[in-house]
Amino acid sequence: MSAFLAVYLRELLILRRRLKKHFAAMAVSPLLYMLTFGCALGGGLDLGGRRYIEFLLPGLAAMASMTQAFGIASEINIARFYTAIFEEIQASPAGRTAYALGEVAAALTRMLLGCAVIVLLGMLFGVHLRCGPLFWLAAILNGFAFASLAVALAMAIRSHADQGLLGNFVITPMAFLGGTFFPVDSLPDWARHPLSLLPLTHASRAMRAVALGESPPVASFVILACFGAAFFLFALYAVGKARD
Amino acid sequence: MIVQIDCLVKNYPDVRAVDGLDLEIPDGQLFAFLGPNGAGKTTTIRILAGLTRMTSGAVRIGGVDIERHPRAAKRLCGLAAQQINLDGELTVLENLDFHGRLFAIPRPRRLARAEELLDYVELGGRRDSLVKTLSGGLKRRLMLARALLHEPRLLILDEPTVGLDPAIRRKVWGLIKKANADGVGVFMTTHYIEEAEFLADRVAFMHQGRLVADGPPTAIMKRLGGWAVDRYGPTGMTTEYYADRAAAAERLELGGAAATLRRVNLEDAFLALTGKRVQ
Repeated sequence: MSAFLAVYLRELLILRRRLKKHFAAMAVSPLLYMLTFGCALGGGLDLGGRRYIEFLLPGLAAMASMTQAFGIASEINIARFYTAIFEEIQASPAGRTAYALGEVAAALTRMLLGCAVIVLLGMLFGVHLRCGPLFWLAAILNGFAFASLAVALAMAIRSHADQGLLGNFVITPMAFLGGTFFPVDSLPDWARHPLSLLPLTHASRAMRAVALGESPPVASFVILACFGAAFFLFALYAVGKARD
Repeated sequence: MIVQIDCLVKNYPDVRAVDGLDLEIPDGQLFAFLGPNGAGKTTTIRILAGLTRMTSGAVRIGGVDIERHPRAAKRLCGLAAQQINLDGELTVLENLDFHGRLFAIPRPRRLARAEELLDYVELGGRRDSLVKTLSGGLKRRLMLARALLHEPRLLILDEPTVGLDPAIRRKVWGLIKKANADGVGVFMTTHYIEEAEFLADRVAFMHQGRLVADGPPTAIMKRLGGWAVDRYGPTGMTTEYYADRAAAAERLELGGAAATLRRVNLEDAFLALTGKRVQ
């Protein structure tokens, strides 16, 4: 417990010191997406009696739950290859579960802040999402899955330069294909089935359904939990293998 | 014994960094590993600290096998790595607190020990400064304090004064001596001859992954005799060794102005054994 808190509180202290920059960074991309896709391109679009921006906003929140949680990979990368703080942790009796949980908890904290920023931005655009407990549960499950994946991949990469590849091969494709900007369910089967294998598709589906007052898709919650469990086990394995 | 190393081997894809190392270090000894870059010193230290996996062999810290019981072994060690691995975004005190939490030291003890060590390394006035604002020397002192925070039986120091100016280096030496006088065993690497001579009870030379000499610095130097005459000629410098000063002085007179007389040092011993210089 003490080692978990050490890792978690260290990340929180760093987050607190950079909070203004983080808030600005959390707001910029969603704001641009809302302006370009929500207002400019999709301004006149009607999706089953809803404005496109109402459809878009829960998707952006789901995407933020992925990107903000996955962002912990950058912090771990710095700790491994730049400040070498990770070696300080490796040389301590902290177990790999405590370490991985500490990083994942820090990622979830960032993720919750990121989602909250989007909900607040939505209010500025006149969109009021129904952010009940199930909305946040879906965000947390998705965040847990991507934070665990971030820990695992940050352990697996061999250099600072590889960090950029994670974004290119994991986050960007997921962001565009995971149901943020369009309803995956309206696609033909050949496209819909593979995209249903992405965790973000289920996060978008679950968060959008809850936010728009529809019945929550239970299967998506279960699938997100399964992704989270699998990625966390991968993270534990990768942390254990991180010694050279 | 605080350290027992049996037939330690570490292979990397293209090189054998440590080649069958056997070593025993009694409790409380100040031991220095001396050798040039690439000799295998840092690899050995990283294995001891649990940062690098050994290929074969066995290592015990205070009788605890580091592969079978890594967490128990790590509790006995305090590491100050060669690279400054403090968190620049945290304050001096926060860095110590982070370390204390990693070692599960209860909060009252953690804070008391941190204050005690900040006084010890004369950083009490900078406790709330961000580490990124400290000089290299202050960071090295903080790393030493951090390594001692959980009261280890063995202090592992990898090139503890690398990159420091001579005055600061002597300050760090004083702190290492003080920790050792308080009963903490020290296992350090260095490629500074004078550092090993000044600090160590016992020195081992490492060359190409193997031990080539091991003993008290004075005993190792005595093998060459106590005195050396360096003669500078057209093909470079040659050194001759003499058991007593009078014989060396006599040779010095023959050498004229192009010769100097000095005491034998560990560099001479390393050169004689390996044909290479440490520094």
